[in-house]
Amino acid sequence: MSIPPQALFGQLLIGLINGSFYALLSLGLAIIFGLLNVINFAHGALYTMGAFVAWFLLQYAGLGYWPALIIAPVVVGAFGVALERTMLKRLAKLDPLYGLLLTFGVALVIQGLFRIQFGSSGQPYEIPDALKGATNVGFMVLPNYRAWVIASSIAVCSVTWYVIERTKLGSYLRAATENPTLVRAFGINVPRLVTLTYGAGVGLAALAGVLAAPIYRVSPLMGADQIIVVFAVVVIGGMGSIFGSIFSGFALGLIEGLTKVFYPEASDTILFVLMAIVLVFKPAGLFGRAA
Amino acid sequence: MKRTHTTKTSALLRSTRAARSTGRLGARVASALATSAFAAGVLAALATPGCKKDTPSGAGPAGSTTAEAVKAAGNAIRIGVLTDTSGLYADLAGQGSVVAAKMAVEEVGGKVGDVPVEVVFADHQNKADIGSNVARQWMDVDKVDVIVDVPTSSVALAVSELVKQKNKVLLASGPGSSELTGKQCSPNTVHWTYDTYALANGTGKALVKTGGDTWFFLTADYAFGQSLEKDTSAVVTASGGKVLGSVKHPLNASDFSSFLLQAQASKAKIIGLANAGGDTINAIKSASEFGVAKGGQKLAGLLVFISDVHALGLPTAQGLNLTEAFYWDKDDQTRAFSKKFAEKHKGAMPTMVQAGVYASVVHYLKAVKELKSAADGKAVVAKMEEMPTDDTVFGKGTIRKDGRKVHPMYLYEVKTPAESKGPWDYYKLLREIPAAEAFRPLEQSECPLVKK
Repeated sequence: MSIPPQALFGQLLIGLINGSFYALLSLGLAIIFGLLNVINFAHGALYTMGAFVAWFLLQYAGLGYWPALIIAPVVVGAFGVALERTMLKRLAKLDPLYGLLLTFGVALVIQGLFRIQFGSSGQPYEIPDALKGATNVGFMVLPNYRAWVIASSIAVCSVTWYVIERTKLGSYLRAATENPTLVRAFGINVPRLVTLTYGAGVGLAALAGVLAAPIYRVSPLMGADQIIVVFAVVVIGGMGSIFGSIFSGFALGLIEGLTKVFYPEASDTILFVLMAIVLVFKPAGLFGRAA
Repeated sequence: MKRTHTTKTSALLRSTRAARSTGRLGARVASALATSAFAAGVLAALATPGCKKDTPSGAGPAGSTTAEAVKAAGNAIRIGVLTDTSGLYADLAGQGSVVAAKMAVEEVGGKVGDVPVEVVFADHQNKADIGSNVARQWMDVDKVDVIVDVPTSSVALAVSELVKQKNKVLLASGPGSSELTGKQCSPNTVHWTYDTYALANGTGKALVKTGGDTWFFLTADYAFGQSLEKDTSAVVTASGGKVLGSVKHPLNASDFSSFLLQAQASKAKIIGLANAGGDTINAIKSASEFGVAKGGQKLAGLLVFISDVHALGLPTAQGLNLTEAFYWDKDDQTRAFSKKFAEKHKGAMPTMVQAGVYASVVHYLKAVKELKSAADGKAVVAKMEEMPTDDTVFGKGTIRKDGRKVHPMYLYEVKTPAESKGPWDYYKLLREIPAAEAFRPLEQSECPLVKK
C-alpha cells in the first residue's frame, strides 16, 4: 500500500490532534499520581463532567465556549477538591489500589448518572464562531478548531511542566511528595497543597473535556472511551513522570494515527501492544524513575 | 482463569506493601486494569440475566389444566428484551425497547388467555459472549419464551443460533445484518424492522440515481458493518456505480478524522457510512468539520436513526438522506403511538427499532393466543408467518418463510432548521418504497428454509 506524502502529512497532523487530548489527560493523571500516589480512575468521568458543565452553561446560563473554558475547569476542580477532602484523603496512607477502586467506583456513578439523565447519544455542542471554518494548509484541509486544540494543548502542557519543574511552588510540591513531614516542619500546609494539586489535575481533565465538546458529542460515554487509552499512555510514559506523559501523549497519538492508515483494524489495540512491549523492556515506563 | 486473577491481585497487594517504589507501578497498574476489567465483565455477566423483573412474577394461574390455558415455559409468558442499555446503541434501542415491549403487553391487558405476560430485560454490552450467556440463562433457568430486540448483529446472530437449539423465539428488531434471514436464517427467528439489504436498496439506490456513482465506505468492523457494505456495494454496482475503496474502523471509534481523510483522498462522490449509532454521529460531525461537503463529496448515512439526528442537531444533519421503516409523524396512528411512548420515555420519540419491538411483540402475542401455547418456538413462528400482521405502527404486512417481515420502507431527507417546526420534527418524505421492492426478493435468498 503506497501512501502519497501529502496524505501522510495529513494523518500525522490528525495524530497530533488526538495526541493533544491524550497529553492533556495523561498530564493530569501523572500529576495526581506523581504527587499524591493516587491512581485516579475517575479522570475520564471528570473529563466528561467538564464537557457537561460547558453544555449546562450554554443551555441554562447562556454562557458560550470561552467562559466555559475557564468556568468548567474551576467547577470540576472544586468537585475534585470536595472528592479529595471527603473520600480520597482517608485512603492516603493505604495502598494506591484502594484509591484506584474508589475512583473507579466514583467514575461509574458519575457516568451512570449522566447516562440516565441524558441518554447515550449525547448532546450537540457547536464550535465557537471565531474558530469555525477550515484552512487549506496545502496537504489537507485543517479545521481551525483542531488547530486551536493543538495550540492550546501544547501551551497548557508547557505551562504545567514549567510550574512543577521550575518554580518555587513546584519545588514545594515535589518536596511534599518526597517527605511530607519535613516539609510540614517548614510551615507549609501540606494537606492543602495535596488537595489543591488534586483539584488542579482534575481541572486539566475538565479543560480537555471542554476542548473536546465541540469535536465529539457531549456524551456520558466520552470519558469511558478515553480513560483506558490514557492510562496506557501514562504507563508507557512512566507513572508520575510529567514530561513522560506529555511526550508519550503526543507520540502515541501519532503512532495511532499511522496505524489508522496502514492497518485500521488494529487502531484501537496498537497502544496496548506498545504498552506491553514497553513494560517488558522498561517496567518503569519510558521516563519513569526506576526503583 | 478466575483463580489466577485472584492470586495475582493478592500478589499485587503484597508486592506493594513490600516495596514502595514507583518503578514497577506501570506494570502493576496495567495488570490492575486487566483485573478490574475482567472483574467488571464477570460481574456484569453474572448480575444481568433475569434480575430486572418489572412485572411481579406472581404465582401463575391456578387453572392451568383447563382447556383455555395457554402453555408457556414457566408459569407466565416471559419476554426477554436483550439490548444495549449502556453503550452506543442505548438510545436507539435500550430502555426505549423495554418501554415498547411493555406497551405491547399492556395492550393485551398483561395476559394471554389467563396466563400473565412478563417483561424482563438485560444489557448485552454489544458483546456476543455476554449476550449468549444471558440468553442461555434466560431460556434454561428463567423460563423466558421469547427474546426480543437484540441490536448489534454479531450478538443477534449468536443468539439466533442458540434460540434455534432451545426451540424458543427470537424477534429481532435492532440488528441489521441481512444474514439473519439469509444464509444463517432460522425457523425460530423473525427479523422485523429493517436489514442491510433494505437500507442499501433505499439510500444506496437513491443516491446512485441522483448521480452519486462512485463510493468509498467507512465500515464498522463487525458483522453488521460488513454486511451493510457488502449489500450496498452490490446495489451500487448493479445500478451502474463503482466502489473505489473502503476503510474498516473499530466499533465505537471516537475519532473519525483519520478515516475521513482517507475517504477524501479517494475522491469518491459518495462517502458511505456503513456504521450505526454513536459511530455514525461522530463520523457525520467530523465530516462537517473537515469540509467534506465543500470538497464536493456527499455523505451517505446508510443507517441513521431519529435518535442520531436528534443528537446531531439539524444544523449538522440537514440534507442527509436516510431509509427508515418508521417515522413517528407519518400518520395519525403513528403519532398516537409515539405520543404515548414519549410520555413513558422522557419525551423521546420512538426509533424504528423501538417501534419494531412493540409491533413484533404484539404479533407474537396474537400468535401465542391463537396457538394457546408458547412452548414450541418453531410452531409459534410458523403461526406468525401464517397470520398476516396488522398493527398501529407498521400497518398491514406479512412475514416470509425466511423469517423476514416485509412492509414498506421510506426514504427521508432530514429537514433544514428553517423547515422544522419544533423538536423531533426532522424528516420529509422523499419516496415510499413498496413492501414488494423494499427487501431482498425470496428468489435471491440464500436461506436454506426457502430453497427446499
